[in-house]
Amino acid sequence: MSNTLPPNSGYVAAAYLVFVAILLVYVVIMAIRAARVERELTELLAQSQERGAQTAQNETSNA
Amino acid sequence: MSTTKNLYGRRLPGYAIATAVVLTAAIGLAFFFAPIEADQGFSQKIFYIHVPLAIVTLGGFIFGGIFGIKYLRSGESRDDLRSYTAIHQGVIFCIGALITGCIWAKASWGQWWVWDEPTLVSFLIIFLLYTTYQPLRFSIEDPERQARYAAVFAVVAGVFVPVNFIAVRLAAPLIHPRVFSNSGDSLPGDMRIAFYTALIGTALLFITICKYEMSSKHSRAQLAALRRSIGGESDEPNAARRAAPRVAVR
Amino acid sequence: MSTVRPPSTLSAARTVLYKELTLERRAPQTLTAMALFCASAFVIFHFALARNEVEGALAAGVLWVTLTLAALLGIGRSFVADREEGGLDGFLLAPAPRISLLFAKAAALLIFLLIIGFFAALLLSVMLLGPTPDGAQWASLALLILLADLGIALVGTLVAGIAIQTRARDLITSILALPLLIPLLIAVTKASEPLLSVGGGTLAWRWLALLGLYDLIFGLLAYALFDYLIED
Repeated sequence: MSNTLPPNSGYVAAAYLVFVAILLVYVVIMAIRAARVERELTELLAQSQERGAQTAQNETSNA
Repeated sequence: MSTTKNLYGRRLPGYAIATAVVLTAAIGLAFFFAPIEADQGFSQKIFYIHVPLAIVTLGGFIFGGIFGIKYLRSGESRDDLRSYTAIHQGVIFCIGALITGCIWAKASWGQWWVWDEPTLVSFLIIFLLYTTYQPLRFSIEDPERQARYAAVFAVVAGVFVPVNFIAVRLAAPLIHPRVFSNSGDSLPGDMRIAFYTALIGTALLFITICKYEMSSKHSRAQLAALRRSIGGESDEPNAARRAAPRVAVR
Repeated sequence: MSTVRPPSTLSAARTVLYKELTLERRAPQTLTAMALFCASAFVIFHFALARNEVEGALAAGVLWVTLTLAALLGIGRSFVADREEGGLDGFLLAPAPRISLLFAKAAALLIFLLIIGFFAALLLSVMLLGPTPDGAQWASLALLILLADLGIALVGTLVAGIAIQTRARDLITSILALPLLIPLLIAVTKASEPLLSVGGGTLAWRWLALLGLYDLIFGLLAYALFDYLIED
């Protein structure tokens, strides 16, 4: 194999890079969404636990 | 009753793995197995990324039209979601096809844009049409009407695609030689293997991304429903205008 | 008690068409605007292209770009009056078949486009056209105007039907109609070019075939899909 790169390899690399770049942008968007979903789920879990504790408290005070 | 059959994310991991494997194999084949083409030299390698992107784009738009027809007949929001996702991803793949096409034109012909290549021109026109899909959806507030009108558009645009190709090809000057001579008609065997692998890989990528999109939208809709039932908030879903279809929670 | 039979598609379409034409005759906004637009456009082309005369492909381009943009004016106005003044709701309540609205609107738009088309062609030949077409070329040009305007009327009515229910009516009309009309424009400009050239030429059948195919396909599409647009 020769030591020099084939001609026009810059353009070929650019084309494949565009493809990879679009994919990576997509991965970033996916990551942001996943983080947001996780945050919301944590909040909801906390809320539901709070309500559960409150309901238990109401029951013991009524009993 | 098991509802896992209805989940959008079903078999998603399988598709993702298949995509990774096939695409990696395709790139390996393109660079290490397929021979260097005589006329265009090394820059012909762009062919293995550009043409699959273009073909999958067309497939996406046609599926968008097919799901549009299904929605008009069934009224099921699932079909509207599929149509929306197929077209949305189709537009992104179309941008990829156009950019790689321009890079190939620059490498082969010295210019970023060539009017003599009918396929590239057709793709530009199709791109111009399909980018109106989102603004159209966004400008209709009523969700049911939005879905219905979007489906009509998807069908019209889907039929438009072949008509457009015919017209542009007829208009192409007969004197100039085609820039991209190897458009898949008479590929030698080694190149053919690499090309078809790349095509299958790109198609799998498209399907994986669409499935992911739908699953992600569904998860967020489920989250919103959960939030409403736990937080006891009003039943009004987010009333802000949006282009994306509302996903029914299963 | 006598029963009234619901109107047939053709008679309903005829009634609505008559209404459209009467409205335009009483207050000729659309036609006047389109005609003025064509005249102004030719003046602009004279200055923008820095030419006293155009011929061949340039003449065909000037003519058909002008006609297409003028058509957008007509398309934009197509359903506006009905929407704003409740005519659309009235139509939906009537027992007329809904597809008759498509026929009537498309026919009205076609008539307007034909008037403006011939007007623009005459105006172009006076103002900007270099060569003088002979009788046969004028006849061919008239045929082209007819076929092209039929396609524009069909696509235009479909797009107007979509756009009327959106918030950004004019924007949607333009960005939706223009790409859809590109194949038609390709065919008609290529076909017009020899008719407007020095030395003259004849109509190539392939462009007529493409125009016919385009009209047929979009006619069928409009027929199949229009009902879904007019549901309430």
